[in-house]
Amino acid sequence: MTDLHLTADRATDAEAAAIDAAIVECGLEPVIIDETDRLVRGGLHRANNARHGLLPALHALHNVSGWISHGGINYIAQTLGVPPAESFGVASFYEMFRMEDPGHTDDVVHVCVDGACQIAGADGVIVSLEASGTTVHRSPCLGQCERAPAQFVQGNQGRPDFVAADREPTVIPQQGDPTLRLLKRMGVTDPESLDDYVAYGGYSALAKAFSMGAEAVLDEVDSAGLKGRGGAAFPTAFKWRGVRGADGDKKWIVVNADESEPGTFKDRHLMELDPFSIVEAATIAGFATGAQKGFIYVRGEYPLATKRLQNAIDVARERGFLGDGIAGSSIGFELEIRRGAGAYICGEETALFESLEGFRGEPRQKPPFPTTHGLFKQPTAINNPETLVNVLGILNDGSEAYKQLGTPDSTGTRLFCLSGHVANPGLYEGPHGMTLGEAIEMAGGPTGELRAVLLGGAAGSFVGIDQMDLPLSFEGTRAAGASLGSGVVKLFNTETDFQAVVTRIAEFFRNESCGQCVPCRVGVVRQHELIIRTAGRSMNGERSLLDDMDAAMKDASICGLGHTASTAVRSAIDLGLIGA
Amino acid sequence: MQGLQNGASMYAVDPRRTSSAKFADLWLGLELGSDVALANTVANYIVSNDLHNKEFIAHSTTGFDAYVESLSEYTLEHGEALTGVPAAAIAEMATAYATAEKAQILWTLGITEHHNAVDNVLSLCNLALLTGHVGRWGSGLVPLRGQNNVQGGGDMGALPNKLPGFQNITDPEHRGKFEKVYGKEIPAEDGIHLTLMFEAMERGEITAAYVIGENPADSEADIAHARKLLKGLDLLVVQDIFLTRTAELADVVLPASVGWAECDGTVTSSERRVQRVRAAVPPPGLARHDQDILRDLAHLLDYPEWGDPTPEDLWEELRSLSPLHGGMTYDRLEAEGGLQWPCPDLDHPGSPFLHGWLWEPDLGGRAGAPFSPVVAQGPKEQRTEEFPLWMTTGRSLDSYNTGVQSGQMNSPIRYGNALDMNPADAAQLNLVDGETVKVSSPRGSVEMPIRVQPDIPVGLTFTTFHFPELVDINQLTNDAWDKRSGTAEFKAASIRVEKLVTA
Amino acid sequence: MTIAETTTENPDETPIETSVTLTINGSPVTVDQGQTVLDACTSAGIDTPTLCYAENLTPVNACRVCVVEQEGSRTLVPSCSRKAEDGMEIQTDSPRVRHSRKMVLEFLGSGVDMSQAYQVHRWMDEYGADPGRYGPEAARIREDVKVQDDLYIRDYDKCILCYKCVEACGDDAQMTFAISASGRGFDARISTEFDVTLPDSACVYCGNCVGVCPTGAIQFKTEFDMRQADNWKPEEQTVTQTVCSYCGVGCNLELHVQDEKIVKVTSPADHSVTHGHLCIKGRFGWTYVQPTIERR
Repeated sequence: MTDLHLTADRATDAEAAAIDAAIVECGLEPVIIDETDRLVRGGLHRANNARHGLLPALHALHNVSGWISHGGINYIAQTLGVPPAESFGVASFYEMFRMEDPGHTDDVVHVCVDGACQIAGADGVIVSLEASGTTVHRSPCLGQCERAPAQFVQGNQGRPDFVAADREPTVIPQQGDPTLRLLKRMGVTDPESLDDYVAYGGYSALAKAFSMGAEAVLDEVDSAGLKGRGGAAFPTAFKWRGVRGADGDKKWIVVNADESEPGTFKDRHLMELDPFSIVEAATIAGFATGAQKGFIYVRGEYPLATKRLQNAIDVARERGFLGDGIAGSSIGFELEIRRGAGAYICGEETALFESLEGFRGEPRQKPPFPTTHGLFKQPTAINNPETLVNVLGILNDGSEAYKQLGTPDSTGTRLFCLSGHVANPGLYEGPHGMTLGEAIEMAGGPTGELRAVLLGGAAGSFVGIDQMDLPLSFEGTRAAGASLGSGVVKLFNTETDFQAVVTRIAEFFRNESCGQCVPCRVGVVRQHELIIRTAGRSMNGERSLLDDMDAAMKDASICGLGHTASTAVRSAIDLGLIGA
Repeated sequence: MQGLQNGASMYAVDPRRTSSAKFADLWLGLELGSDVALANTVANYIVSNDLHNKEFIAHSTTGFDAYVESLSEYTLEHGEALTGVPAAAIAEMATAYATAEKAQILWTLGITEHHNAVDNVLSLCNLALLTGHVGRWGSGLVPLRGQNNVQGGGDMGALPNKLPGFQNITDPEHRGKFEKVYGKEIPAEDGIHLTLMFEAMERGEITAAYVIGENPADSEADIAHARKLLKGLDLLVVQDIFLTRTAELADVVLPASVGWAECDGTVTSSERRVQRVRAAVPPPGLARHDQDILRDLAHLLDYPEWGDPTPEDLWEELRSLSPLHGGMTYDRLEAEGGLQWPCPDLDHPGSPFLHGWLWEPDLGGRAGAPFSPVVAQGPKEQRTEEFPLWMTTGRSLDSYNTGVQSGQMNSPIRYGNALDMNPADAAQLNLVDGETVKVSSPRGSVEMPIRVQPDIPVGLTFTTFHFPELVDINQLTNDAWDKRSGTAEFKAASIRVEKLVTA
Repeated sequence: MTIAETTTENPDETPIETSVTLTINGSPVTVDQGQTVLDACTSAGIDTPTLCYAENLTPVNACRVCVVEQEGSRTLVPSCSRKAEDGMEIQTDSPRVRHSRKMVLEFLGSGVDMSQAYQVHRWMDEYGADPGRYGPEAARIREDVKVQDDLYIRDYDKCILCYKCVEACGDDAQMTFAISASGRGFDARISTEFDVTLPDSACVYCGNCVGVCPTGAIQFKTEFDMRQADNWKPEEQTVTQTVCSYCGVGCNLELHVQDEKIVKVTSPADHSVTHGHLCIKGRFGWTYVQPTIERR
């Protein structure tokens, strides 16, 4: 709490009410309380402790007014004690927040312009929407590549956000396949029914965990060889042990559900169709690490996932699977959902902490690592939903059974997001080590004559049609100089305008760099300029300039965004997709 | 503020919700002048709830029983009635203070510009003694000095009863030491301070004054009276860097140079840190260094022994005479970023805090520190039907005293002189923000604009004293003063605010 | 706290007895535990370029010009924030280090006016940075100078987004929070809320942002005016350390004097009283020494 200096703008009653409600929903009370006209409670500690209410408050304000109004920012300052310049700095960081009065109260239709949607005619959709007077926002990947071109509608005047396509049931192509582990309940159970979940094996892993004890859970996850499914492939047990062994009486579980790697929609499926599994797995993570509380940070553009998760949390709490004394034990665990607001970088774990804490989503230098200095600078285990859900199978069936599928270094199964020029785009599960060709065949093969596959996402790389035997495992892709990333398998046929696709990838990084460190902030701009400048011609000497930029971004950037920002672009040149 | 970042709590006690108060965990907006009442209530609560430091009290203090007895009437309920601060808040602050591992009480002129200033200070000292929050690292009593060298003035003997280094004029041994070096006899009696000087002028006992670097014709309380007395002097000599309002009354003006930018020397900050100032630019026109003016004056007054010392020569003499400063050479002051007295010898690192002796097993051979029972008295002047509002005065961030220095800066955050008033009071008087009103106290009237401010409680008004050329605010202030400190009650006057009738 | 337990020593400042030894460019260097790799480089006499680092601010390691190579680390590490550890092997002049430093300087030079940045030109020469190779069409900041009062100006065309001003305005010094980074990526700017003018913001004109700005993006109005008039001659200026004439804190001032006139005031970052930070009176309240109206 500081000596606030506010402009004369005042919030409307609706804005104030929405902000108040959002703060209460976070379990907070206003920082500044006028107890009498001569007694005011406030202070830095209260303000610091309540700062994590900022992002929810901004969401509430935006939903009521359609923009981050000056009066609303002032009201947030008066209630949460966040200085207006800081609220402005935070709000302006996010794609979903308009910082200027749009002058109307229409909903905003976000249309994805990345990869799969780009080749599925997103530009045409935008033209026709705009022609009909709709307010359109050109959005980075919306995580709906299986139903490209994707749209997401941001509500205004209190109307909720929604995705029109969510009205149709999501198709799980492998539904009913008895070998499925991660997708087995999808499309089979009612995602809003805990009874259904339990009837299909739900909460048996938690019971096992409680009976085994935390150390045994860690051992089992360790011996299963589980590695993270977000891209970095870090051993989960090592992370959890680090948190369990870290000093500090407060520890946290964070579920990184800010799925925004272009081409990725697996966690969205998990949250929408099997939300209880995430709640159960997060609870096990809490038990294993000694954390009492967790946050699920869900991508802002995922309204259905948010709703289903919230329902799962509420029902689980009601039925004694969250809160104090879970399932009759002495163990307590709580979960709360936070919505992102449109920032790819917030999928980076430390940027996510910053965002959740109410600051700009700028990554932190590591070390120190989240296991000791995570959320609120306290020990934190952060995993994405897919990684967590794997733990259920490991505990239910044992690590030996778990390892029956996959390779020795890449155990278990993997979710693959197939999109682009493929016959049956959608989410597939297959064992680690299956070949790229097999994965594509699962989805019915390519449409048209395949030219290249973007593997791993925008931060991944293009591979050519000679790579159909590439084993989809951590080590297999690494050996080929590629990466599994977040399981993206995006197909492009020979009809593709690769110049446009690669330029868009470069633009994506330009738009999504947080701007904190120089190599990335400027490097992604110079890269984008270079791709535009060399369009339709040979790279010649500019290739070495690109390599120079890439080397500095890889070596000197703070986080993975800068480290990988050139990978896809350079692989496209190497494959002759552009610059030939 | 870094302390707050690192986890410290702050309770702000101030009739106004000041900028500092907005950083506080709790702002307690006590009634003007109810400081002793609050301190005594806090003390009573601490003792009643057995939160006092009994070992420290037994070992290091005297007069505890009488002190406790003096607190008996200051129950939470009575304290709330006297101060306007809810009992629960007083209890909360008392508990936080008493149970903290380290705690400090910081204050400034809100405590000392009252007719019972010394009582106010003693009531706070009592709290520190009660809890042992004094004389050790991180705990203490911290009076914040309002001026860059007011401490240095005291250090150097610019007090009516002290020689440099706080040595007593009336002590023949102390006096003798100086007389030996000066080669002149020093009057053996204490002199008188500023407030008494004005009273002596009134009685005709003082007929000449030599004013150096002070602007009493703007800064004194009940200013009309003070100016009349200055005008009535036979001789007024003013030595200043500006032609101040006081200088305008003078018979002789000696233009001086700017101490910190045009001269070499030392100053002492609030924390008793002696630091070097250095000349960076030459003085303009006829302006001369204070030390040169004084030297020439000494020579003219037939005191050739003064010689022609450099600032460092003068400092070396001071070091030889003042044990507090004995270890502070110019070289050390430069190398160590200043030194805090006492620093008696060249090997002494200086003293970040005083009164560590309270914790020594033998109290350093001294008697314990005495509790000083004090009785709550409100401001000298009370609000009446005729003068129904309180006025208190103070500073704003970008201005300083009577504005002769800060007024030269074109500050973007200066709002000028205005009377801050609660919206409810303004509404009751049918006044709007920025409206010029007539403000009267029992002593005089001025016209000034009001500034409607939610941070000031109902019934209280506030203004700065930085713009005497615009608003002669000390026409209104009360010159009732504390005989022990010599400070007038700038902080509390009763006033009336009237709408100006437009013709 | 009992009599026996109480010492008059500062318990937080007990001498650090543990030291760490690391290897820099093959030679062992020993520093106190808690010191950074940059501290170690400095103590070994190695010149390390820095832009976002200041000794009186928390390192934000954003500019990446101080990166060094650490054995075993996949990427380079920022020396300003990386704590020195026993057994670390550091290279400060390897091809990777030189390349990244060059690129950082080049990137900055290609988008920002670095003409008034302290020491940067020397480093650009040292590392062979060539900002021109991104072509004339390379995006630049392109912002007009903001002159909103008589005390300082903001010229974001010179801003390298080092965050120092934000830190100095916020929790590293002033706790005013009048400015913050806003927006994202290359379009990120240091800004007040909704870009309101400084006088309309929470700014209290302490000028601590000016004091830490490494490129002249926030500048004293006096300096700006003199530069506009082509009369800013730092080589002719003297700097005299003294003490502020206002309140009792005892802030140290550095008076920068050109032609017998004070032209700006800074404060030494290594001074224990306020670590280089001042308030409006200390930083700007000196004008009475040489008022536009003759001092009489």
